[in-house]
Amino acid sequence: MRYQSGRQAFAQGVRALLPLTPGVIPFGLLTGIVAIKLGMSPFTAMSMTLLFYSGSAQMAALQLLGTGVLPMAVVVTALVINLRFVMYSASLAPYMHGMQRRKLWPLTYMLSDQSYALGSIEYSAGELGRFAHHYYAGAASVMWLCWQLSVLAGVCLGTEIPESWSLSFTIPLSFLALLVPGIRSSATLGAALAGGVIAISAITLPYNLGLITASIGGVAAGLAIETWCKGPKRGDIEEDT
Amino acid sequence: MSEWALWGIFIAVGLGTFAMRLSFIGLHGKMRIPRLLQRALAYVPASVITALALPAVIYPGGHGDFVWSNPQIPAAIVAGLVAKRTHSTLLTIAVGMGALWGLMWFAG
Repeated sequence: MRYQSGRQAFAQGVRALLPLTPGVIPFGLLTGIVAIKLGMSPFTAMSMTLLFYSGSAQMAALQLLGTGVLPMAVVVTALVINLRFVMYSASLAPYMHGMQRRKLWPLTYMLSDQSYALGSIEYSAGELGRFAHHYYAGAASVMWLCWQLSVLAGVCLGTEIPESWSLSFTIPLSFLALLVPGIRSSATLGAALAGGVIAISAITLPYNLGLITASIGGVAAGLAIETWCKGPKRGDIEEDT
Repeated sequence: MSEWALWGIFIAVGLGTFAMRLSFIGLHGKMRIPRLLQRALAYVPASVITALALPAVIYPGGHGDFVWSNPQIPAAIVAGLVAKRTHSTLLTIAVGMGALWGLMWFAG
């Protein structure tokens, strides 16, 4: 798709992200509810949300704060969970370098699983030309707004969503919806399978190290299959510059 | 935990997370991404997303207890098939939740 203007690309980014919000809102609501249930003031809970801007790290931190561990253990756990952002950063760097700092820093702060997934696909497709940043900015800022507002709604509700609704299941479902259409080569499939199997078997590792182990294992499996198949079949989510 | 310790945690995680998001984007041009890393990155989304999703399906409680009667497993398989056919996030979530509620209702 070619865009005539930055505004058009921004709007397209917004539209691309909107279908992902049903998977995010319940998680945000739950995060807000858990924070209030821990005895945080609404101001503290929302400051935490603004500073973290990372749902899984925030949820893990809240759980640990509830059990009263050392502050350092909370920081280390949250940062280990967020290590994936280093990988996302390296993946987007070829497209995002050279921007002015006042634009780059806000866009970097808004880097999330969802905005990365959409942004990396559009950047690597290379069809947006000079408006690719507008597309990413549209997707990333709606994601940011959606997250902050849903946590705020959870903070305001303060009461529990009935457990019987099982709304937390929408989180893995939204990940599935992101994942499945992106698997178009045997190497990508191998990376996904290895990552999933290792994550399941390493669930009991402390500090969420299972996630990191699984990510590294999945990437190694993808590379091994790619090399074994000789022809440089690439994962379809990402492409070289 | 004191209010100060709490704010210390928030600021440390906030700054650390921003530093990780900025890492390669901020350094690009000054630091080349090694060829192998560039290739490896192609497989990051698939492996990380699966590693986030599968344990959440298999262990709903967040602990490592496997339960055969867990209705999330068949519901996730149905949702995966819908994702493959339609490429629609909304439809995947709607059918997945519908399957989950149906199975839970069926099991009583």
